[in-house]
Amino acid sequence: MAKKSDKKIIFKKEKEMPPFAISFYSMEYNKTGIWRNFRPVIDYDKCTFCLICWKSCPEAAIKLKKTKVKGKEKLQPVIDYEYCKGCGICWEECPTKAIDIEEESD
Amino acid sequence: MERSEKMKLKIPKEEIMGHGNLACQGCGATLAMRHTLKALGKNTIIVLPACCWSVIDGPFPHSVVNVPLFHTAFAAGPSTASGVKAALEIQGKDTNVVAWTGDGGTYDIGLGTLSGAAERNDDMIYVCYDNEAYMNTGIQRSSSTPLKAWTTTTPVESPKETHKKDIISIMAAHRIPYIATASISYPEDMIEKFKKAKDIKGMRFILVFSPCPTGWKYVPQLTVKLARLAVQSRVFPLVEIENGIKWKLTKEITHPKPVADYLKPQGRFKHLSKKDLVEIQKNVNQDWDRLLKKIEK
Amino acid sequence: MRKVLMGNHALSYGAKLSRAQVISAYPITPQTEVVELLSRMCASGELNAKFIKVESEHSAMAALIGASSTGVRTFTATSAQGLAHMHEMLHWAAGARTPIVMGNINRAFAPPWSVWTEQNDSLSQRDTGWMQLYAQNNQEVLDSVIQAYKVAESLDLPAMVILAAFVLSHTSETVEIPEQEKVDEFLPPYEREYKLDADEPHAFGGLTNPDNYFELRYKIQKAMEKALIKWEEVGEEFEEIFGRKYGLIETYKVSDAKNLIISSATIASTARNAVDSLREGGAKVGLMRIRVFRPFPAEQIRAILSSVDKAVVIDRNIGFGASGIFYQEVKAAMYNEKNTPPIFGVVTGLGGRDVSSKDIIEIYQDVIRREKPKSDIIWKGLKK
Repeated sequence: MAKKSDKKIIFKKEKEMPPFAISFYSMEYNKTGIWRNFRPVIDYDKCTFCLICWKSCPEAAIKLKKTKVKGKEKLQPVIDYEYCKGCGICWEECPTKAIDIEEESD
Repeated sequence: MERSEKMKLKIPKEEIMGHGNLACQGCGATLAMRHTLKALGKNTIIVLPACCWSVIDGPFPHSVVNVPLFHTAFAAGPSTASGVKAALEIQGKDTNVVAWTGDGGTYDIGLGTLSGAAERNDDMIYVCYDNEAYMNTGIQRSSSTPLKAWTTTTPVESPKETHKKDIISIMAAHRIPYIATASISYPEDMIEKFKKAKDIKGMRFILVFSPCPTGWKYVPQLTVKLARLAVQSRVFPLVEIENGIKWKLTKEITHPKPVADYLKPQGRFKHLSKKDLVEIQKNVNQDWDRLLKKIEK
Repeated sequence: MRKVLMGNHALSYGAKLSRAQVISAYPITPQTEVVELLSRMCASGELNAKFIKVESEHSAMAALIGASSTGVRTFTATSAQGLAHMHEMLHWAAGARTPIVMGNINRAFAPPWSVWTEQNDSLSQRDTGWMQLYAQNNQEVLDSVIQAYKVAESLDLPAMVILAAFVLSHTSETVEIPEQEKVDEFLPPYEREYKLDADEPHAFGGLTNPDNYFELRYKIQKAMEKALIKWEEVGEEFEEIFGRKYGLIETYKVSDAKNLIISSATIASTARNAVDSLREGGAKVGLMRIRVFRPFPAEQIRAILSSVDKAVVIDRNIGFGASGIFYQEVKAAMYNEKNTPPIFGVVTGLGGRDVSSKDIIEIYQDVIRREKPKSDIIWKGLKK
């Protein structure tokens, strides 16, 4: 399992470093959410849970959450704003136009 | 089929690729890797020659993919993968070896190496994510760049003068067990092809159409749509080839969209004249007819 | 067991006894016999290894880097153009810290085409991070392959065992082939700490900023420095088990020598005869053979050179625009010393031109007459 770090690792001493360029850490530190100019927002009233948005996200920034809709078990797409880069693919692809694109508030 | 059966998710839920990759917004190649890892699972080693993904994976000492990944030289993707597989075999280990390359390393500098590995039928899944130019070095033309496209080395005064190399026919000539083309806009088809490839021994070649907003000059939200339009306009046929001789069309396109629909949103084709569009449409039609002749009835 | 072996086959036996697990090679004159014999050994099962018949030398080295990084022992052989073709990957092998062992047959570069011996091909790779060893006879070739694995794997640095084209590669000599059990005792199986393994996923060789790259280079140099000690240690261990002694350098009649001939490989071997002849004539001359060139044994060289009056380095190579390459490095090693004798540099034998004992005697007698070197190159054997 990759080690987690809260920021990009810059070693302080040669002795701390692995013997050659081996990567032990994940990229979770890199919160690509800060790249956004626009953020996608899902309107769950319009969402049919088709999951096309989840299938189309290059960042794996849409999570699946188990939920119950009218008594039926469904998988609900939930946008992970820590990593969503705001590319807009989910907004473009959503067949029921359930995703809106809003300007990112700073 | 029951409605609920149709709606069942055919794509594995587990995410293997992590978060925080360094790709551009809307990168087709990143979506391609995400689905590939879903299809192949954790028992996979990626051999990665120079390409966009050499940067996308992240800097030392970080990596986004969560599977072993070996960076190698530009032309050395398939050869390094051959070595990794030989070592695994001698150790009695059965791990998928994937050579993950861009079009530069496949069509150009690595073509000899690829041909060598294919002729030896070395046991690996060779994936080329095709964004149709040397994107990592700043959008220079490759032999995968389509006719008349703009790149920094084929500027509008002199756009690409030759056809896109037919890499699928080249690979078919090697008689390898499995060749497929896939598009990130048809993820179920893509994942099915990867799962099928996983169970075959020998050289498997999968070409994944990966639009690039930065290099093709379009707004990033259109990546999946353009990957779909390429298929729907017959520019990028979805096929499977067994042993280099049995060609199958995995998606029939009976009512093709006009090529202009696919080309218009892309800045790299903005300079095309009406005459150019007619010529390109004619080429696509002829290529499709030639393809149909190869398809087994 | 004693066998009559050509140098190329001595390499093959070295790889076989070392139980190389993945071999990947492309044929080139005069290396072909190395891989042909290994091919037969793999096909018959005599050697349990995967032989990848790659389509180029660049691919040969790439395949071995992949295999070595997955944790197995690897071997290849090449020469001249082939070595140059894999140059990019030689740097990669060192940076990836893969203990690959390679046989290189010293052959002159083209153009024009030549198949005869010259050292420029291997010396052109001296900065790649590969250890380099120049052998003077086929016994040493075989023994050095086995030793090279031990040193390489202890430091995770690749090594090349170098022999002259035709003079050694195709010359048959009696070679004592060590017993497999003894080699197994000396050289245990390769265990790699960080390797490509689906159970322990890491990325290898990722983009490294200036804040981290410098130290990784420092680590390679440090490993090279440790190699100086390791070669001598391994040499002693080898002597204990197999009875044959090898070190970083080899000296012959230096204890009372006033003047020194310094060379490498087969010229050094011939120079022994020259030294004996000269001594019969009353000259107080000795010979120093540089065996391990990378890492460069500066300390060992200084110890010998500081007590002589004159030295001549005979190079079967040339660094164009400068001088003979061994000459450059020997001079540099002596530069800061208090007692440094005049050191002369001779370039000879390029493109495989024969260098006889008589030639070496003439070189010596010419150098003895000179007080100080006037230029960096004395050409010997040139048709002028």
